[in-house]
Amino acid sequence: MDLTFSAEERAFEQEVRDYIAESLTPEMKRATALTPSVFSDPDIGMAWQRALHKKGWGAPGWPVEHGGPDWTPAQRWIFEAECARAGVPNVNVMGVKMVGPVIIGFGSPEQQNFYLPRILSGEDYWCQGYSEPGSGSDLASLKTRAVRDGDDYIINGTKIWTTHAHHANRMFALVRTNEGERQQDGISFILIDMKTPGITTRPILTIGGDHEVNQVFFDDVRVPVANRVGEEGKGWTYGKYLLEFERGSGIASAKLREALKTISDLAESDVTGRAIDDPDIAMRMSEVEVDIDALEMTELRVLSALQTGQNPGAVSSLIKLRVSEIRQAVTRLGVDVIGQDGLAVEPARPFYRLNHEPAIPEELLPVVPEYLNGRAYTIFGGSSEIQRDIIAKMVLGL
Amino acid sequence: MDLTLSDEQRLLRESADRFVAETFTSEHRKKAANDPLGYSPAIWKQFAELGWLALPIAEAHGGLGGGAIEIGLLMEAFGRGLVSEPFLSTVVIGAALVAECGTEAQKQAILPKIAEGALTLAFAHSERAARFDLAHVDTTATKSAGGWRLNGSKVAVLDGAAAGQIIVSARIANANGASGKLGLFLVPAGAPGLTSRDYARLGGGRGCNLDLRDVQLPADALLGDGSDALPAIETVVDRAMAALGAEAVGIMQTLLDTTLEYTKIRKQFGRPLSANQVIRHRLADVAMQVDEARSMALRAALMANAEPVARGRAASGAKAKIGKCARFVAEQAVQLHGAMGVTEELDIGAYFKRLLAFDTLFGGSAHHYRRHAALSGRVHA
Repeated sequence: MDLTFSAEERAFEQEVRDYIAESLTPEMKRATALTPSVFSDPDIGMAWQRALHKKGWGAPGWPVEHGGPDWTPAQRWIFEAECARAGVPNVNVMGVKMVGPVIIGFGSPEQQNFYLPRILSGEDYWCQGYSEPGSGSDLASLKTRAVRDGDDYIINGTKIWTTHAHHANRMFALVRTNEGERQQDGISFILIDMKTPGITTRPILTIGGDHEVNQVFFDDVRVPVANRVGEEGKGWTYGKYLLEFERGSGIASAKLREALKTISDLAESDVTGRAIDDPDIAMRMSEVEVDIDALEMTELRVLSALQTGQNPGAVSSLIKLRVSEIRQAVTRLGVDVIGQDGLAVEPARPFYRLNHEPAIPEELLPVVPEYLNGRAYTIFGGSSEIQRDIIAKMVLGL
Repeated sequence: MDLTLSDEQRLLRESADRFVAETFTSEHRKKAANDPLGYSPAIWKQFAELGWLALPIAEAHGGLGGGAIEIGLLMEAFGRGLVSEPFLSTVVIGAALVAECGTEAQKQAILPKIAEGALTLAFAHSERAARFDLAHVDTTATKSAGGWRLNGSKVAVLDGAAAGQIIVSARIANANGASGKLGLFLVPAGAPGLTSRDYARLGGGRGCNLDLRDVQLPADALLGDGSDALPAIETVVDRAMAALGAEAVGIMQTLLDTTLEYTKIRKQFGRPLSANQVIRHRLADVAMQVDEARSMALRAALMANAEPVARGRAASGAKAKIGKCARFVAEQAVQLHGAMGVTEELDIGAYFKRLLAFDTLFGGSAHHYRRHAALSGRVHA
């Protein structure tokens, strides 16, 4: 057993580091640091997607015939870790990490040829139409209906918590095409052009003050049957496949380490009156860091299993649960570190393009919104309660 | 980057699991609990035959040259069976202190004997006033004509009653007073001036408190050349904490397995306990903490030979985190067994108590989060 990477992997790490150094602009880096929401705004995120695509790194997890870089699990680890360390923007994961793999796995050759290159290049921006007002954790109870009319479906209903629907030109959605005996039956996976007549979007502000999610309404929206992925009524299977990707989407420890470092740097700075000198803050900093160490080791155990062709088992729920809890612990520590500066609310967005001098030092602006928005970590992608149900069933066999 | 076990390591784990499951039954444990020695010399001999006592000792000294991963595999198996043989005291700590500090002659004299199963050791270091500070030693060793004279008191000496020799730490003094250096001294069991208050240790095995009153030792009782032993003590204790962490993982895994089974069988209100979501979620949390503990024990083992700050951070991080997980897992195992969990009729209580002992050995979670923070430059120790 050993924790070190091989000489080839070290060389790859250097290549990634070099490429990030030459292509990540100070503007992108600053914008990312000052973004308190989960996702980067598209102008920032897509600029980074284009830079990655130029190098052939636009979709690390895709097979090589669809434009993936054909990396080993270790290379993917190294890439993600270097990206986290450098503070790169978030790309449109709904495209690259969610709908992309589904189209690769279940889409027709025509769909693959049309959509995949547009995800890689950043031409398309995707949003995810899963949750509905009446269907949160119980996703399979969804009611948005697609009724067959010739070569089209006519869609009626509503989707909610749709991240960046106001930026996206495409949505992948789960819609009901049939009333099956089980509610999971009769769901289809469909690709929707957001400019189709009948689609309206309502912004939802989260408690951190960010406009990231929306409610989307469908009134007699006509979508070609050719936009359905895979078989009619099999959408639940495809959708679950994607959720597994969302849960297991890789390597969180490196990002969490950077988030903690940001808070730690603030705590050691005069800006916070050296919060680190409070022994309780110092201890909690170590406590969170140790939690990240444990998570990283678990991720490495999964990586090692993947590298040697073994099945890592049903650990993705386990990891999702810890990642969300540790993220919240980091943001909570951040609030305590900045102390009374947390009282100042800055409603304008984005923080990196304010037209006025903020009341508190710029680097403190995202801290409270990150904590507030971060309450969602234990809710989206299957709430922590759902994750515990899954662990009891899949890991413990209960 | 490869965390898979080698074929040899897999074999070691399999043979350890099998031996422990066959030998360390509930009946065996109850018998051992009343044994003044706290362990079985016959089993110790089998440990030697299996090569386990030689495992981490260098080949040049009659050992197999294994490392922290192999020790961890054994310790995890030992945890599953609540093994009370003095493996930690003799092999993980004692042999390592001799290997770190001893002269070549001392290593040749002692290490092969350990590997053969002919010598057991104990480490007398902790003192009441020190709490968990490894550098705090008030026991003195004064140079006298032809040797050393030791005075002081030691607490929480693991397996002291079973030890042929006790390694005692003392501050080296000369005619001008304390030198500031720590020395490690080999004190034979029953040495004049050595008195022991022996006790049954929480969770199995034996412990004792020692008083040393003008204990006279020959000049070569000092391990090594008289240079400060504190760095070696820190190294060995960090590695011992990694080993103890692996043992705790074995204990926790057994508690999880046992509790899972129980909640499936035990019926109330016409259905198994495990049909209740509140129970299922609790068990999910227990499983998660067992897995986190497993990751931390492995991490501490993989960092056992790192430079001192990285090694210390990994060891203290593991000790603190595993300790926190251990308390949760142990308390939930008792809770989910209901009133039966609080009785001596089930094994749950014995595993619970061993985890409680683990948590306090070499310092609890609060101490080790503080040490981690100090080694990280966040607080001043």
